Amino acid sequence: MTPEPHDVAVVGAGPAGLGAAAEAAGAGLDVVLIDAGQRPGGQYWRHAEGGRGQHWKAYEGLSRRLGQVRRIPGTQVWLITRDQEGFTLRLTGHDPVTARAVILCPGGYDRQLPIPGWDLPGVMAAGGVQALLKEHGTAPGRRAVVAGTGPFLLPVAVALARAGVAVAAVAEANPVTGWLRDPFGALAAPSKSVEAVRYAAAMTARRVLYRTRTVITEIVGDGRAEAVRLRRADGTQEEIAADLVALGWGFTPSLELPIMLGAETRLDEDGSLVAVVDGSQRSTADGVYIAGEATGVGGAALALAEGRLAALTLAGSGKTARLRRAVRRGRRFAAAMRRACPVPAEWTAWLTESTVVCRCEEVPYGELRRACHDLGADDARAVKMLARPGMGWCQGRMCGFATAAIAARLNGRVATADDLRAFAARVPAFPVALEDLAEN
Amino acid sequence: MTYTMTFEGRPVRAEPGQSVAAALVASGVVSWRVTRGQGRPRGLFCGIGLCHDCLITIDGVPDQRACVVPARDGMRLGDRDDA
Ligand SMILES: Cc1cc2nc3c(=O)[nH]c(=O)nc-3n(C[C@H](O)[C@H](O)[C@H](O)COP(=O)(O)OP(=O)(O)OC[C@H]3O[C@@H](n4cnc5c(N)ncnc54)[C@H](O)[C@@H]3O)c2cc1C
Ligand code: FES
Repeated sequence: MTPEPHDVAVVGAGPAGLGAAAEAAGAGLDVVLIDAGQRPGGQYWRHAEGGRGQHWKAYEGLSRRLGQVRRIPGTQVWLITRDQEGFTLRLTGHDPVTARAVILCPGGYDRQLPIPGWDLPGVMAAGGVQALLKEHGTAPGRRAVVAGTGPFLLPVAVALARAGVAVAAVAEANPVTGWLRDPFGALAAPSKSVEAVRYAAAMTARRVLYRTRTVITEIVGDGRAEAVRLRRADGTQEEIAADLVALGWGFTPSLELPIMLGAETRLDEDGSLVAVVDGSQRSTADGVYIAGEATGVGGAALALAEGRLAALTLAGSGKTARLRRAVRRGRRFAAAMRRACPVPAEWTAWLTESTVVCRCEEVPYGELRRACHDLGADDARAVKMLARPGMGWCQGRMCGFATAAIAARLNGRVATADDLRAFAARVPAFPVALEDLAEN
Repeated sequence: MTYTMTFEGRPVRAEPGQSVAAALVASGVVSWRVTRGQGRPRGLFCGIGLCHDCLITIDGVPDQRACVVPARDGMRLGDRDDA
């Protein structure tokens, strides 16, 4: 006998998913909350066992409202299918779950650009460094350079310094006039800018070198990272010793589940692919609501508001006007932030023939170039077929954004949503063990 | 209590709740496998279970993500002490 489907399955227990699950349960719906992590909280509220994280009161408040929610932690949703009853979600190492509606809150991950030497041990995604510090209090090095673009570089640098790591420099590719120098002119979410100013003050106190309009062009070392090369806007170059390099060019959404269910996607201001939703978090696919980073990278507060709004919309609540206004405001601010922090226009100039682009399959830039110039590949899909980037374990999560941009550029154009979709569609959503395929 | 694991025969300590990768990194190990193609060393990259750079053999079971598997007392990490 198959059990009754839940009213709603919420995928992801970050700020968006917790907000969605709490509101849905509050509205009397029967909710199942599924997350890959062992402890709820997603990336923002990642914490050590028994530990506490930032804005912890909000987390505790949400947790208290999850009493009636069936929680399934430590498992990945690798397939969602639709039938007359609703949806069936297949999980790794766990029985399938059925639900009449889904709220997808899968978050995202650090957006990466390949850089000569970026596959050396000691080089990590900025968010990964933050995650390691938050959950385990350790860092894989003693002297760090934090590089890329976006406001997230600041908290990473401060967290490293607090953990006793010497932060040699923070290299921000863009000018930061918009959101850091003029916090009070900042658009509609002043708290975010005030936060940035606080981090900036903490960095000043710790004498961290903050370089704007400065890009990282190479990481050198023998068997592990030993130094980075930075280039400023005026062309001057500099080498700085570091055994830990944290790289982040903003975040990019996880879209495999939305795409699997046929939800439309589009290009965002900063060139990432995001899921299309209306002002109430409905996707273009029936019964599929999407909230948080997946609809456009906008930070934890916006993710939480979107998650709550999705649940209230699903529950048919009449009291969503304020929340909808907050989400609209948050999205305007997030869009301004994304416009202020693009990847550098000329980033492909630092690639050499041997620079690894796809880390899994070890595909160098030279092979992508040959696929386009010698074999006639004219879009990301063709490059993927011919040179096989994005075909390894990570399923294109690390190199997809970059490879789409490279393929387009080698063909004299900018990447389209279709180029990005070539790397964002994944079935199954995650590598799956044979037992899971067999049992399901 | 503190756990003790072995990495390629050497002892590695871990705190309960730490991932295998965090314990390795805390003990000064930054890479624990080489790539199939060009034999390049790899350790942590994304830190959140997505990139698969951190794959490791644990108690004889290959290809586990060190950044997501919780450390346990007595774990044998790495290929060379499979026997
Ligand atoms: C590594 C990392 C560290 C970050 N650290 C910070 C920080 O310190 N401060 C900050 O302000 N912002 C941080 N961010 C930005 C952060 O993403 C957002 O601010 C916020 O957490 C977004 O909330 P969310 O609910 O949309 O997504 P998330 O918090 O990312 O939550 C999404 C959850 O969904 C789960 N998930 C995704 N797909 C599946 C699936 N198929 N099956 C099961 N579970 C799934 C994920 O494991 C995750 O737990 C970080 C981002 C990353 C990637
Ligand atoms: S470091 Fe990326 S999967 Fe473990």
